Amino acid sequence: MELTRLPFLKSALKNRYPQLAVFIVMLVGYIFAILAGLIGTPVGSHNFSIVFVWIAWWAILILVAVPFFGRGWCAVCPIPLPGEWLQRGAVLSPPDKRPKWLNLRVPKMFRNIWLQNIFFLMLALFSSVLLTTPNVTGIVLAAMLFAAIGLSIIFERRAFCRYLCPVGGFIGLYSQTAPIELRIKDKQVCVTCEGKPCYNGSQVGYGCSWDVFPGGMTKNTYCGLCMECIRTCPHDNIAVNLRPFSADVAKPTARLDEAFKAFIMFGAAMIYAGVLLGPWGTLKDAAYNVGTGAWFIYAAVFLAIIFIVLPGLFTLAIMTTKSKQALKQRFMSLSTALIPLGLMFWVAFSLSFVLTNASYILAALSDPLGLGWNLFGTANAAWRPMLTTILAPAQTLALVVGLFWSARTAQKVNEAGTSTIPVFVYCFVATSIMLWLLL
Amino acid sequence: MSYRFALLLLVMAGLVVAFAPLPVQPITPQERTFEIDAHQFAYSPSELHVNPGDTVTIQLVSTDVVHGLYVDGYDISVEADPGQSATLTFVADKPGSFRFRCKVTCGAMHPFMIGKLTVGTNDWLYRSIGFSLLAIFAFFRFPRVAKD
Ligand code: SF4
Ligand code: SF4
Ligand code: SF4
Ligand SMILES: [Cu+2]
Repeated sequence: MELTRLPFLKSALKNRYPQLAVFIVMLVGYIFAILAGLIGTPVGSHNFSIVFVWIAWWAILILVAVPFFGRGWCAVCPIPLPGEWLQRGAVLSPPDKRPKWLNLRVPKMFRNIWLQNIFFLMLALFSSVLLTTPNVTGIVLAAMLFAAIGLSIIFERRAFCRYLCPVGGFIGLYSQTAPIELRIKDKQVCVTCEGKPCYNGSQVGYGCSWDVFPGGMTKNTYCGLCMECIRTCPHDNIAVNLRPFSADVAKPTARLDEAFKAFIMFGAAMIYAGVLLGPWGTLKDAAYNVGTGAWFIYAAVFLAIIFIVLPGLFTLAIMTTKSKQALKQRFMSLSTALIPLGLMFWVAFSLSFVLTNASYILAALSDPLGLGWNLFGTANAAWRPMLTTILAPAQTLALVVGLFWSARTAQKVNEAGTSTIPVFVYCFVATSIMLWLLL
Repeated sequence: MSYRFALLLLVMAGLVVAFAPLPVQPITPQERTFEIDAHQFAYSPSELHVNPGDTVTIQLVSTDVVHGLYVDGYDISVEADPGQSATLTFVADKPGSFRFRCKVTCGAMHPFMIGKLTVGTNDWLYRSIGFSLLAIFAFFRFPRVAKD
């Protein structure tokens, strides 16, 4: 169903002001989070940066934005804005589109998501500190902002978003399951379209800042929903569609970086569930005390699970069925099946973390820096886990739905036509482990 | 087998997995006392097992800063000052597995200071694994039935 048929929605997306208004609010919030992290109280659960980024924003991102809107967050994300405005020399759209800075093309070698995978893992290994220490959160948020600015000046378009942003990698992977997509309406129109303004830019707007050619787009992964192509396409050939869930994962990936991204996210959710929500204090100590011997062991085990154990067992599993297709090919295409289950792992993990700690939001709203303010009279709201009775059923539901969904995906992406039972077994065992960790 | 019949079977199987009573041996309730040592950011012991109906007493001893202990599902809690101990007594009348967690902000990893109380067996875990199996079986049945 084409949403852009709705005249109101279409003009709201075409017009630059509604988006700009949201951008400004987000940017102010983001800068405030950086400042709160740097100058506010060192107690995480009373600092705006921790509470709003890792509880409120995270909850909205995992439970609502990604599953239902795909890259919807990227459409309003403040991180690349200062860099992009600088790169363009404008906040809105000036008639002059000449490059203002170096405007280099990102070297071919980096035009994949390995750097993004590495950047995500680096943050993941420090996550116990990052999630709980306002200073560190403030520094990381600021570093992302400045990295985006730096890359905007050196390279063309949004190099940071496309190749580096760790959050973007997560969103991109799982946005494939979302029931929203931006696509062209008619391929033929694109074929004959002169100048391809959606990619190259024109008087009315910029070429795709995500370096995507909408005419050839088949997956949500790399389209940041910036809406620029809706503005630039002279043939009104861009649509935002409502579609069935997970339409994109029916198309198997043929890239190793993307296949490993699926394993990284799948494994990270399981490890976090065990380390952060489990009852094992030694694990928590190891994860938190960055730089100690225990932490190095933790880091090594973390990486081994993600790069060796999970993909290794997966390979062994799919090797049990014979196929004419090369193993590497099968590994990549079948890994696509892990995407829906991986998303549900994150949903189940986050439900627990978010519901238990949501009550900090009220307190942090009134006293964002932890300095004893009481702006809305809620500063002393007591901590209390929410909805503890429905938590376990909700987690089970998420995981069982994820398992079913992944089984379906396995069948769809199975190009070789061999049995998918090994993938089912793999997913079932992983789900059982996740259930054991969470319940 | 018709699509409807298969669906009916599936729903029934789901209900059985969800609600079928599991065998329990009658056990006479006991009084149990645990001394739990709380320190940044863990409890030891961090996993408690009791039987349904037991009267549980937790003596929380804090060895560094102020810590608390809140039991999910039971919605009860206790707090211990540094070097002191505090006692919480309750009847473990809800079976299942529950997290207990620190309720006083005690430092960075405070939100993850977590232990686990299991009353009887963790039935819900087994039922959930049952649902997962069912999901896989349902999957085998349905794509084919739907085409008939
Ligand atoms: S990729 Fe990252 S920085 Fe870019 S818009 Fe998305 S979340 Fe923001
Ligand atoms: S500008 Fe429009 S018609 Fe032309 S190539 Fe892009 S999407 Fe197709
Ligand atoms: S210009 Fe179009 S294709 Fe490119 S990121 Fe923006 S919305 Fe997506
Ligand atoms: Cu504590």
